[in-house]
Amino acid sequence: MANLSVKDVSKSFGGLMALDQVNLEVTAGAVHAIIGPNGAGKSTLLNCFVGRLKPDTGTVMFGDQPLLGLPPHRINQAGVARVFQTPEIFEDLTLVDNVMIPAFARRDGAFKLNALPSLSKQTDVRDHAEHVLEDVGLADSRNAIAGTLSRGDKRRLELAMCLVQDPRLLLLDEPTAGMSRADTNNTIDLLKKIGERGITKIVIEHDMHVVFSLAHRISVLAQGTVIAEGSPDEIKGNPKVQEAYLGGTH
Amino acid sequence: MAKFLRNDLVVLAIFAVVVLAMPIWLQPLGAGYPDLLQRFAIYGIFAIGFNILFGLTGYLSFGHAAFLGVGSYAAVWSFKLLSLNVIPAVMLSIVVAGLFAAVIGFICLRRSGIYFSILTLAFAQMSYNLAYSVLTPITNGETGLRVLRADPRVIDGMLGVDAKGVLVTDLFGISMSGYSGFYFCAAMLIIGFFFAMRIMRSPFGMMLKAIKSNQNRMSYTGFNTRPYALAAFVISGMYAGLAGALLAATDPLAGAERMQWTASGEVVLMTILGGAGTLVGPFLGAGIIKYFENIFSAFNQQALNQAFSFLPEWLQDIVVGVISPFVGEGWHLTLGVVFMLIVIFLPGGLMEGFRRLGRLFTSGGNGPDRRKAASPAAQPQAAE
Ligand SMILES: Nc1ncnc2c1ncn2[C@@H]1O[C@H](COP(=O)(O)OP(=O)(O)OP(=O)(O)O)[C@@H](O)[C@H]1O
Ligand SMILES: [Mg+2]
Repeated sequence: MANLSVKDVSKSFGGLMALDQVNLEVTAGAVHAIIGPNGAGKSTLLNCFVGRLKPDTGTVMFGDQPLLGLPPHRINQAGVARVFQTPEIFEDLTLVDNVMIPAFARRDGAFKLNALPSLSKQTDVRDHAEHVLEDVGLADSRNAIAGTLSRGDKRRLELAMCLVQDPRLLLLDEPTAGMSRADTNNTIDLLKKIGERGITKIVIEHDMHVVFSLAHRISVLAQGTVIAEGSPDEIKGNPKVQEAYLGGTH
Repeated sequence: MAKFLRNDLVVLAIFAVVVLAMPIWLQPLGAGYPDLLQRFAIYGIFAIGFNILFGLTGYLSFGHAAFLGVGSYAAVWSFKLLSLNVIPAVMLSIVVAGLFAAVIGFICLRRSGIYFSILTLAFAQMSYNLAYSVLTPITNGETGLRVLRADPRVIDGMLGVDAKGVLVTDLFGISMSGYSGFYFCAAMLIIGFFFAMRIMRSPFGMMLKAIKSNQNRMSYTGFNTRPYALAAFVISGMYAGLAGALLAATDPLAGAERMQWTASGEVVLMTILGGAGTLVGPFLGAGIIKYFENIFSAFNQQALNQAFSFLPEWLQDIVVGVISPFVGEGWHLTLGVVFMLIVIFLPGGLMEGFRRLGRLFTSGGNGPDRRKAASPAAQPQAAE
């Protein structure tokens, strides 16, 4: 089991300091929530973990492997999967295809010229994909085209695409945005269930119901800096957090 | 019906019968003669290969004629140095075009979208100009490379096969002109079609479609997308090389004009007209363009006047005046207009048109739940 440790990560866009000396320690197996007002730098921080952005300074270690500087596919192959704030799925493929593709990445690695075997004979991958679609509650529309799904369903599909890979670290950027209350609760249950498998998770959420039902630890980010960190109870009672976030925009 | 078409061998058998019977069923359309049939098969191969790159990955190359030209030169060199037998020529062309594609693809795939297209175009134009200038010793410049009686042909020499009379390419003694030439091209087309079908229905084909759909997601999913795109580029270059070899086999002469950007553009049109990303669309597009090219470019002012001689003279003049820019040399104008109409009204190409027609006839009973799975660009390859 590997910890994620983030040290002194800073990132500026032009004059804007999006991340300012961020430090974060995520224990293996834990659910770590990151909360904070809009524009606080939460998504930017995740972008630094998966290779979408390169921070100006700092280090990100996953276990004893440095993640900074690796291309995105190497980071994923190291066991890091991400659900994006705006769903990144294969819009014009079917749901099963969407989930089979990441399953192939896990099975075959970053590149394999698998050009002559028939897709219809890859039953192990297909069964696995359909099983995970069932877990997220999308089995009924497995042959629909992903682009036709609602925003909430796209998010569940993207979650399935991550889960099928059995990641060691799962990054979730607002996993329940756009979902109904019922679907949100289902997703919470699902995330709790996979928590038992010991996947480390980082969850960014605005929905405090989700945060407080899942998180073991919470970091509060505001204007690019971590202004508080602690257990859910500590965060609830922290006056600085009340001021910057809970009392502010919400 | 759709399920039955999932079986590769069934599809292959139907395709083979249709292709091999072309001399029969194209007869009433006035296209049942070997010269034109050979072109259908050869450009069909070119388009089927191009589709593996463009149709699956979405990378639009504007330089594939370069590989066609390289294939032709390699084949003629094989006829000169090795043997007039087409088998070594075909193999050499595929290998040389593949290597050439690996180098060009490696460089061009550093960029995507329009920049990729421009890079491929630039490389093809460079090849075209080099063939006319510094590479004249290899390409014989403007005259074109042809087979000569004095050529060494070492394999033929060793086997004691001596070309008598006219120099024609052969397949173990069967001359590659006329119908036997067509059947050889048709056999290559069927083999090429089979491999393309296997690729499209393999995990590799699925990855290529995923690259077209969302390349970002592919990276965050753990795939190194560049070797996938490069593999598709090289495979399509090899198909182009094969097509070039067959052009040389049926007419042992290679010239640089085969590498012109218009030839690269033509294969793009063929693929889009038939339906990019579909199995038979590119072949269909190639056939239709070559067929109408043949008809339209044969017309001239005189033929037009004759065709409309039943009209009163003043009307005849107007009609002929309006039509004549679109025929003969002006055939490309017609092609341009047709292409615009297709892109605007039927962006999925003719295969999309057939699918819409099919849906019109079958949608009576099971409309709504069908529609869910059948968004236009994405219907999994069942309907072909
Ligand atoms: N690629 C970029 N280029 C320029 N500025 C950016 C870029 N990405 C983010 N920013 C800016 O950095 C700041 C932090 O953005 P970020 O998306 O990380 O916020 P967030 O905490 O995820 O907010 P939200 O809750 O709205 O998703 C914002 O001011 C944003 O405009
Ligand atoms: Mg965000």
